[in-house]
Amino acid sequence: MRSRPQSSSSINRLPSGIVATLVLIPASALAVFYAWPFITLMVEAVDVEAARATFERDRTWSIVWFTTWQAVVSTALTIVLGLAPAWVISRYSFVGRRLLLSLLTAVFVLPTVVMGAAFLALFPDSIDRTAWGVIATHVVFNLAVVVRTVGAVWEHLPHDMEHAAATLGATPLTIFREITLPLLRPAVTAAAAIVFLFTFTSFGVVRVLGAPGTRTIEVEVWRRATQLGQVDQAAVLALLQLAILGVVAILSAQSSRRHSRALALRPSSRPVRPRTPRTKALVMVVASATAIVAAAPLVALVVKSFASPNGWTTAGWTDLGSAEIRPGLGLGLDPIGALVNSARTAAWSTVFATVTGALAALGIAAAGRAGRFLDAGLMLPIATSAVTIGFGMLITFDTDPYDWRASWWIVPIGHALVAVPFVVRSTLGVLRAVDGRLSLAAATLGASPTRAWAEIVVPHLWRPLAVGAALATAISLGEFGATSFLSRSGGETLPVAIAELLGRTGSLLQTKGYALATILAAATVALVMLVDRSGDLSGARSGRPDHTTRDHMTRDHTTPDHMTRNGADHVGR
Amino acid sequence: MSGAELRVDGIDVSFDAVHVLRNITLRAAAGEAVALLGASGSGKSTLLRVVAGLVAPDHGTVTVDGIDITDVATHRRDIGMVFQDNQLFPHRSVADNVAFGLKMRGVDKRARRARAEEWLGRVELDGFAERSVTELSGGEAKRVALARTLAAEPSIVLLDEPLTGLDRELHDQLVIELVRLLQLADTTVVLVTHDVDEAHAIADRTLTLADLQDGGAAR
Repeated sequence: MRSRPQSSSSINRLPSGIVATLVLIPASALAVFYAWPFITLMVEAVDVEAARATFERDRTWSIVWFTTWQAVVSTALTIVLGLAPAWVISRYSFVGRRLLLSLLTAVFVLPTVVMGAAFLALFPDSIDRTAWGVIATHVVFNLAVVVRTVGAVWEHLPHDMEHAAATLGATPLTIFREITLPLLRPAVTAAAAIVFLFTFTSFGVVRVLGAPGTRTIEVEVWRRATQLGQVDQAAVLALLQLAILGVVAILSAQSSRRHSRALALRPSSRPVRPRTPRTKALVMVVASATAIVAAAPLVALVVKSFASPNGWTTAGWTDLGSAEIRPGLGLGLDPIGALVNSARTAAWSTVFATVTGALAALGIAAAGRAGRFLDAGLMLPIATSAVTIGFGMLITFDTDPYDWRASWWIVPIGHALVAVPFVVRSTLGVLRAVDGRLSLAAATLGASPTRAWAEIVVPHLWRPLAVGAALATAISLGEFGATSFLSRSGGETLPVAIAELLGRTGSLLQTKGYALATILAAATVALVMLVDRSGDLSGARSGRPDHTTRDHMTRDHTTPDHMTRNGADHVGR
Repeated sequence: MSGAELRVDGIDVSFDAVHVLRNITLRAAAGEAVALLGASGSGKSTLLRVVAGLVAPDHGTVTVDGIDITDVATHRRDIGMVFQDNQLFPHRSVADNVAFGLKMRGVDKRARRARAEEWLGRVELDGFAERSVTELSGGEAKRVALARTLAAEPSIVLLDEPLTGLDRELHDQLVIELVRLLQLADTTVVLVTHDVDEAHAIADRTLTLADLQDGGAAR
């Protein structure tokens, strides 16, 4: 279906001047704000002296070791613990099923700083700064990856496949081991790769919850670059992280190629109501346990925003605007100012991302091979860690005439880099569906390619663009990694302010930090829920008669949806 | 193996307060082939699922050779089932699909392999052992599904619309093969179909669900 538009003969194409303009604008933005800083950073990193200094330090190796083992353990636990809710949600219909799925999604899209804050609020002090605190946060954070990725395949496995095994004498355990698990394996591997990427490059969670012994490479890059002034060593570490992730990506691609099989996915088996009392009880237990685990940190966050050592207080909320610790002693940080900064930054980055994304989507849909190239290129910023992006921009745009670090637009541009792919993803499916058929129909009615494009294609943009814009806003509001490098004193955004407040002592400051985190959580969840109103795992429900626009739309929702945290992860880093 | 006697007594099943089966009674003598006719959605398949243990009845009992198995799990019933859409395991080869039931019964690898080859020969699929089941034609997949169920030598075989959805020529050819295979297997058979000719060709006795209602099936 997707290849159809390309097959429309070249005489019905848009004039190449328009197509070239559409492609070139986003491509240049990508070159200047992503490729150039990235290359500058890599050049900075290729420095024998710096490499020697970095690798001679035991500290470096203990950080690499911690980053790796916590990521492996986090990933393994997420997969193991995520399978039960994935099973229950994909197989059974029960009261609150959609609500549970929404809750997991809401947790997943939270900015990482908020997630760190929520677990800081939940954990007793004894766990707060430990590796296990970080790991537990990662697991709950990423449950939705497993539930959505694995669940989407699981709900398509016919119940009768397992029934067939049972009639051949297989015990329930054998069925799971010999039939279900092997069929889920590609999805499990995919989910594991995503969770590993997220947890290996964890920044926001670790910044809030970590301690000197629990730093990831990502955090150490930030620390050496901005706190210790060891820019060259930080660059070496960034390159090392990239190399490790590259190897993991290759391995996981190989494994998925080996295990991918032509699984003719049938229309999904509708979730059924559990019939036997035992199944009913099991579904109830798994669903409630999952709900409790996912909701507890959020509840703790709100509760802590009203807590003080002397009992309940609303001071964290009512005094949010006062930037003084005590009369006369300034905090050097203005929570209301951070709210305003965040709103302004999000507005601009939404404008940048939506305009660039719209041009890019139109260009990609119209341009054939060059379009696919641009599409892949625009995805690169999500595959790059947020710290790498921010760091690259910091050291690239620091000399005249490119000294843009103090410009008001540099932070919104950084956010827009990460948000553009989401705008493109939400728009492209709709565009392609329209472009192929309706423009040809318009051509037979006498419309020139340009006219058909303006009359038929462009009007279909508004709805998906609104979706993309909402995602862009959510991403910008929560972005932490790149912002940590780029924001100036006085220009702190919400995540930066939250991390600062929670990092200081003083119960009122903590309370304010929790209050700000609550506001950010509410804003993010509201935006994403606005976009993701379907309660389905795979987005597109098969078996629906209209496979056209609607189907494309919902399906293309799934992609950004799966990726949102990737963006939101940048959000947090 | 000469099949087991099947008795189904007073089965009630309802889904979400909709009665699908009401007081159903069925007898099949050891080695007998019984066909159940009826329109789709009439509950025939649900009755098969009750016998297989895939659907728990609200009331009633399923008895095999005088033993009440109503509460016995599917995998312990020794009742095989061929599904309308085959449900071959896509991640296993043709031979591994056919040998699956033997593996569950603890038959060792070499013997399993030999028996699978033997059954593939019986369904005229010699040389298909290493093929992927996702590459089979409709008729080939159906033969593999039959071989998989029969190779496990169940005491009762349930066939749920086994030949529905195949084109006419293939259908008629497979009816003949199925009759031959079932004779070879020498087991008790319950066939569900909406095709009268198919029912008469395969079964010793043909019934409708109405015949089974409220004890009317004893005849």
